[in-house]
Amino acid sequence: MSSRRSRSRQSSGSRITDDQIIDLVSKLQQLIPELRGRRSDKVSASKVLQETCNYIRNLHREVDGLSDWLSRLLASADTDSDQAAIIRNLLME
Amino acid sequence: MASTIMNPVTNTDSDRRRMRRKKKSMIKENQINPSHAVWKSETRQQIYSSKLVQALSQLSLDSPPPSSSAPRGGRAVREAADKALAVAAKGRTRWSRAILTSRLKLKFRKRKRQRGPAAAVAAVTGSIRSKKPRFSVLKLKARSLPTVQRKVKVLGRLVPGCRKEPLPIILEEATDYIAALEMQVRAMSALAELLSGSGSASSSSAPPPPSQ
Repeated sequence: MSSRRSRSRQSSGSRITDDQIIDLVSKLQQLIPELRGRRSDKVSASKVLQETCNYIRNLHREVDGLSDWLSRLLASADTDSDQAAIIRNLLME
Repeated sequence: MASTIMNPVTNTDSDRRRMRRKKKSMIKENQINPSHAVWKSETRQQIYSSKLVQALSQLSLDSPPPSSSAPRGGRAVREAADKALAVAAKGRTRWSRAILTSRLKLKFRKRKRQRGPAAAVAAVTGSIRSKKPRFSVLKLKARSLPTVQRKVKVLGRLVPGCRKEPLPIILEEATDYIAALEMQVRAMSALAELLSGSGSASSSSAPPPPSQ
């Protein structure tokens, strides 16, 4: 049974079809807001990859900015621990 | 004689049950596969928010001096947020496992130079590399273009844990990672708004007057 499983994993790895790749690329395209409305045959794979990289970099930058903001808020709110308790209660509900 | 007739029947029955279990798990996997839908669910965001709050409250307890740790604190918050995101991913994706194990690897490197996990990874990637020439023949024309290859590598570097993975895996991981990042942004901005809103409210207003 375990040999069957490992064989199926290996075969699925080497039998990756072009259709599967096209499918993955189109799924990725749907996620990226810039390319969402366009038809998949008008957008090349390289463009999808480029926009994906840009989008991920933007999201990283946003997360960095938000974590900076949060760290400043936490630092200022440390003196007031009631706030943290209120937030925890709000989120637990 | 009766027993020999019965036995093959029971064998196929248990086999069918095993196949059904496999099919059920596969169907569940396929339902979970629209991963962006999963990351958009309210419950997933709530789980992440509560984990994030826990991590952040631990952070604020660990690093008391607020003035010096403002730039460092941002980095710590980012790492805590990424870790919470990886935990919320339930370890089904490579990037989440990579985020979680990267912390452990740092800890190991501080104590000893343990090459256990690295050796295992090298063995796996070695076996994958031996298969690469086999399906490079079947590659799309677009896949073999150097520009596409370059972009795939860049993408692989951006998504944690996908530096040495082949194209379809990078695409899959990127799909899930983007959805997870979007959820992270939503949750963190909601939390920040909540904190800033409650902060300004508590600092500016005293308890409301009883009669107006």
